[in-house]
Amino acid sequence: MRIVHNLSKDKLASLSLIIAVAIILVGICAPVFAPHDPNEVNMKLRYAGPSWEYLLGNDHLGRSVLSRLIYGIRPSMLWVLVALGISVGIGSVAGFIAGYFKGKADTVIMRLCDVMLSFPGYVMTLAVVGILGAGLTNIMIAFVVMKWAWFARVIRTSVMQYSEMDYVKFAQACGISHFKIITKHIIPVTLSDIAVIASGSMCSMILQISGLSFLGLGIQAPNAEWGMMLNEARGVMFTRPELMLAPGLAIVIVVSAFNFLADGLQVALDPQLRTSSKKLRTNEVEKSTYEYAGG
Amino acid sequence: MNMLEVRHLKVWDQKSHNVIIHNSSFQLKAGQCLAIVGESGSGKSVTCRSLMRLNKPGIQQSGEIVFKGEYLNQLSDKEMRKRRGRNIGMILQNGMRAFDPSSVVGVHCKETLREHFGWSKSEIEEKMTKAMERVLLKHPMELLNKYPYQLSGGMLQRLMIALALVLSPDIIIADEPTTALDTISQFEVVEQLMGLRESTGCSMLFVSHDLGVVQKIADEVLVMRHGEIVESGTTQAVFSEAQHPYTRYLVSTRRELGANFNMMMQEDNMC
Amino acid sequence: MGLYMVKKLILSIPLLFVISFLTFILINLSPMDPAEVVLRAQEVPQITEELIAQTREALGLNKPFLNQYTDWLLACLQLDFGDSYVTGESVWSLIGPAFLNTLKLTLVSSAAIIVLSIVLGVNCALREGTLVDQSIRGMSFLLTALPSYWLASIMIWYFSVKLDLLPTSGMESYASYILPVTVISVGYIGIYFRNVRSSMLNQLNEDYVLYGRASGLSEKKITLHILRNSLQVAVSIFCMSIPIILGSTVVIENVFAWPGLGRLSVKSILSRDFPIIQAYVLILAVAFVLFNTVSDIINAALNPKLRKEF
Repeated sequence: MRIVHNLSKDKLASLSLIIAVAIILVGICAPVFAPHDPNEVNMKLRYAGPSWEYLLGNDHLGRSVLSRLIYGIRPSMLWVLVALGISVGIGSVAGFIAGYFKGKADTVIMRLCDVMLSFPGYVMTLAVVGILGAGLTNIMIAFVVMKWAWFARVIRTSVMQYSEMDYVKFAQACGISHFKIITKHIIPVTLSDIAVIASGSMCSMILQISGLSFLGLGIQAPNAEWGMMLNEARGVMFTRPELMLAPGLAIVIVVSAFNFLADGLQVALDPQLRTSSKKLRTNEVEKSTYEYAGG
Repeated sequence: MNMLEVRHLKVWDQKSHNVIIHNSSFQLKAGQCLAIVGESGSGKSVTCRSLMRLNKPGIQQSGEIVFKGEYLNQLSDKEMRKRRGRNIGMILQNGMRAFDPSSVVGVHCKETLREHFGWSKSEIEEKMTKAMERVLLKHPMELLNKYPYQLSGGMLQRLMIALALVLSPDIIIADEPTTALDTISQFEVVEQLMGLRESTGCSMLFVSHDLGVVQKIADEVLVMRHGEIVESGTTQAVFSEAQHPYTRYLVSTRRELGANFNMMMQEDNMC
Repeated sequence: MGLYMVKKLILSIPLLFVISFLTFILINLSPMDPAEVVLRAQEVPQITEELIAQTREALGLNKPFLNQYTDWLLACLQLDFGDSYVTGESVWSLIGPAFLNTLKLTLVSSAAIIVLSIVLGVNCALREGTLVDQSIRGMSFLLTALPSYWLASIMIWYFSVKLDLLPTSGMESYASYILPVTVISVGYIGIYFRNVRSSMLNQLNEDYVLYGRASGLSEKKITLHILRNSLQVAVSIFCMSIPIILGSTVVIENVFAWPGLGRLSVKSILSRDFPIIQAYVLILAVAFVLFNTVSDIINAALNPKLRKEF
């Protein structure tokens, strides 16, 4: 609750949160919000400009750009969220085991993470897509395979930190079961750390997935996806550059929102960071070295 | 004669409008040692920094600081810089962190002395060697070529004192010089600080929360609490007949803790 | 120092083995039989069981698994990554030049990133909180949110088509470097300049800065000390950035038709040319590990304390 309260003080972060949630909702209820069928071809309206019926105009097949944009939220954001959720899930379990029980389990899991993290993220994604074939599902698999190790490592560090706290040691000494200590005392405090890294890596995943779709390795036609729309627009870039605008801006807005959110969350978690920002800065350094691989 | 006179010093945070020091006035007489005591966060260190106009950005100060009849608060940045080190020297709490960790410690000494005196390398080495021997640092040249992490806190503290010996400023501001040290090194450093005072005849502003050390070194004492001076007077007066309840509390609690230190000091005096 | 270097390099060897092994089994994870892939890629009209069996034999797929791995690894060490399924050319003859082209692009970009990040980072740190600092930081947030291929398309449209100043694609002249390098650098500068800035600011709060000032040193001298210390962070990040950029030029290369690894890999993925994909993954993963080791070593050289701890 304290986090929510602190976050609400940060106007930029709250705005970002609102935008992100709103876009997600629109994506889930796409049929309600989309004025047209995103795959409905209408050759009469090829490259038509914005009109009252088609607010953002029509593409090279006369499909409604607005509707495609709205349906594009699903693969561009919702599926990314799912992949993120799964990798955070796996990463948390591994991280908790390594950080809480330490010893052998820790060594094995961390060595495994080291190996996974020694493959540059983009390359591994390409490798998985290359072997399993192009498509959204395979990219998702690649994301999960790559990202869990990253989350496991970060979560392990914060679990270790918290399990050293006196109240946890006290609970252990009282003979409370590991399961109970983890769920009662450690998960609640690490949740916030997890939220920060998750919202941070959301950005890079959105950028990557749209990049791969842009290359034709992601979602397959005729489905709508923002990167895919940009790819289609690219063909007529020299004559109709305006088609690049809507999907590009959509990506920029979403990614910026998550960027600001991650930043805001970090400060909200620990308001001290605002002044003595040592921890924030080291975090920032570690995060960006691995995370950014601009789409 | 007053070496330094501070009138109505007020320090505050520009952003949060927190007042750190409300309205401090005090004098430091020539050749004397004035101690500022108080718990951490009471504004001791900020007072020291304000005298040298070295507060962090965003911290503002007002009031007059008169050094030998000169208004420091009106000097240009360039003029002020010339006073620092040469006229008003500083000795920091944590020797480990007071030197650039990626350079050998000699670099700082060399740069400082060159800045103020424009000496040649051999001159600097000669003067530093002499000063370091005075503060009982063996193999001075070797030490100057070591990185801070290779030396102990006490050694670095004495190196700072040695540098001050060479610079021989009019005022030394020692900001908790003994806090980060073990008892033996504390003792040595205090001895050297007293030696420094004797040989250069400088005034000293000694910040500490260790009343044992203060009793030993200071002529006068200021007691600070929450950014205000609650008591001032000669060391003896403050320690024996404190007026303010806070001072009495401080003296009574610290007396027991400082007992060991005092015993050591007294033994030393008897010898 | 020498000992430290040797130790670090030796420590990276087991990791390299694991990586090579993983890369090798990657191919076996494919839902398709490699023999079938080869035949399809060569557009053999009729794929019979017999033909598949023959191809398996020729590719050495019938040998025990570990033998296959050691054979492959030994060949890789001699830069023999097999032949392309599609064209039959040796993989090295395709991937070698492509790697060089990508490396050129990466190095030029890293140079741009290093110079600009330091310049911006130092300047912002020294002007912390001012309008300049805030606007540059705001910009950086925006720049990291830009999809690089989108930026690339816009720049091509503006600089190459509208103004007709720069080539749209290929790598014929030095001018062809400008657009791809700009696009790659922009996002990274947004991140790395913030790192330089914050490590500078961390240093500003250190006691040695206070002591330097209290000793009357000039701001110029103090800034040099701060720079020296904060560059440690910067250097290690830059070293890490080289392999990351190396692996993520894929999209840019495709937009600008840069004849590098990224284009080759996407082409191979679309045609399921496994040996090329395999070699691509192996080369980049090895480069990644080696660059990281080098950055550790450089760090140790800059920070004497780090060395002592090992």
